[in-house]
Amino acid sequence: MAYSDKVIDHYEHPRNVGRLDDKSENVGTGMVGAPACGDVMRLQIQVDENGVIEDAKFKTYGCGSAIASSSLLTEWVKGKTLDEAEQIKNTAIAEELALPPVKIHCSVLAEDAIKAAVRNIREKRGQVADAGDAKEEAAG
Amino acid sequence: MTMKLPIYLDYSATCPVDPRVAAKMAEQLTMEGNFGNPASRSHLFGWKAEEAVEEARRHVAELFNADPREIVWTSGATESDNLAIKGAAHFYQGKGKHIITSKIEHKAVLDTCRQLEREGFEVTYLNPRADGIVYPEQVEEALREDTILVSLMHVNNEIGVVNDIAAIGEILRAKKIIFHVDAAQSAGKLPIDLQELKVDLMSFSAHKVYGPKGIGALYVRRKPRVRLEAQMHGGGHERGMRSGTLPTHQIVGMGEAFRIAKEEMAAESERLLALRNRFWDQVKDMEEVHINGSVEQRVAGNLNVSFAFVEGESLIMSLRDLAISSGSACTSASLEPSYVLRALGVNDELAHSSLRFSFGRFTSEQDVDTAAAEVRKAVEKLRELSPLWDMYKDGIDLNTIEWAAH
Repeated sequence: MAYSDKVIDHYEHPRNVGRLDDKSENVGTGMVGAPACGDVMRLQIQVDENGVIEDAKFKTYGCGSAIASSSLLTEWVKGKTLDEAEQIKNTAIAEELALPPVKIHCSVLAEDAIKAAVRNIREKRGQVADAGDAKEEAAG
Repeated sequence: MTMKLPIYLDYSATCPVDPRVAAKMAEQLTMEGNFGNPASRSHLFGWKAEEAVEEARRHVAELFNADPREIVWTSGATESDNLAIKGAAHFYQGKGKHIITSKIEHKAVLDTCRQLEREGFEVTYLNPRADGIVYPEQVEEALREDTILVSLMHVNNEIGVVNDIAAIGEILRAKKIIFHVDAAQSAGKLPIDLQELKVDLMSFSAHKVYGPKGIGALYVRRKPRVRLEAQMHGGGHERGMRSGTLPTHQIVGMGEAFRIAKEEMAAESERLLALRNRFWDQVKDMEEVHINGSVEQRVAGNLNVSFAFVEGESLIMSLRDLAISSGSACTSASLEPSYVLRALGVNDELAHSSLRFSFGRFTSEQDVDTAAAEVRKAVEKLRELSPLWDMYKDGIDLNTIEWAAH
């Protein structure tokens, strides 16, 4: 499979690899995907009291496109508000990385990851009515 | 000595043609060479070509202690499998319509069986045990009154494990059931004696044995005689079993490749086993690294390994200097883990993390050492990136987590 230069760059020099303390009140964690499907993304955001994302870290088990999608996402969300971050669309990620059709699901997973991380921090801060679903509790 | 990159470790997929073979092939092409049609009876060009074809047939037969008259040229193992299975099923369908094979056969066998199912045959697909082997007693238990044909591979292409075709043959011969063996991955690698083995039909491919692509053969036993319905009709070549002008250069290439294999097989096998062990010794101390399939009952040049918590496609991306295969079919866009590993009961995530290394005639110790170092480096890098590795290190059992399948 031919990868775009941007995918290769993110794959070889992934940005913001690591983990944040998921017990912290200021950290939202989104873990999406499944090992059996060949990709799992863990995206974490550290959010200040104004709802601005100060830091983002990721770890991804998956193909080069999945790693690149999550790496790119951490770059994009830094400095954004939660509302802005939630608006990031998978199509923008796919376009930026020039993902081929068979790899579009990697960008979808990245979108799911940021949405899950935002939901997680909002739950921690009591900003949503619903309790989180069991999956994220377990995954966090 | 500078190394040529990438290092080729995919000999189970195909082999380079041995230079000795290429030289012989080149002599069969031009005006000055042996270009004639082996079927031409009226002039020297045809006679010379026929002579070359028959010499090659002897070389192929000799590797398996068979009669040259039992060797039918085909375009490769896929065609041999098709001719054997469809040919025997169609010929013997009056006796019954039940066929037995296994879940980890090559697609050339599985897809042919599917086609026969559409034609009204019934097929039993045996599940190998966890070591990848289909045991004789499993075959025996699956037999029915109307079983006419059993088709099993000698050596599996992905995991390299070896089936006991001698024992299976004894069971089937006693019941007069036709036994077809796909030997694409064992020919030239393991001793095969068709005077001893109770095998009726056997498929071979030249390009897995340092011969050219596009040529193979089917062994069709004469005593007791096995009948086939031809799949390719035409000029009645190959005793009517496979029409089509014989490609002299391809056939001579296969003959020479198999002649060399007979001479060098024992020493080569020993050398490949040493290379495989040398490789494994350099990676086996890493955590959570598993060999797929039996280690003992395995062809020398194959190693199929799962590196837990890293994904196969990204691993291959990191290993750009190595030409290897992944057990995950992600690269072919289907996102399905290998059906072979799945049938062994390997879980999907380990199947996604597996690589097949296959060593061959031109693999050096230096190649193996470089490959092992690259693999270690890549696995360590990707584990640093892997949330699953973190969880494993934190002592979390990944099976207790309810993942959202997507």
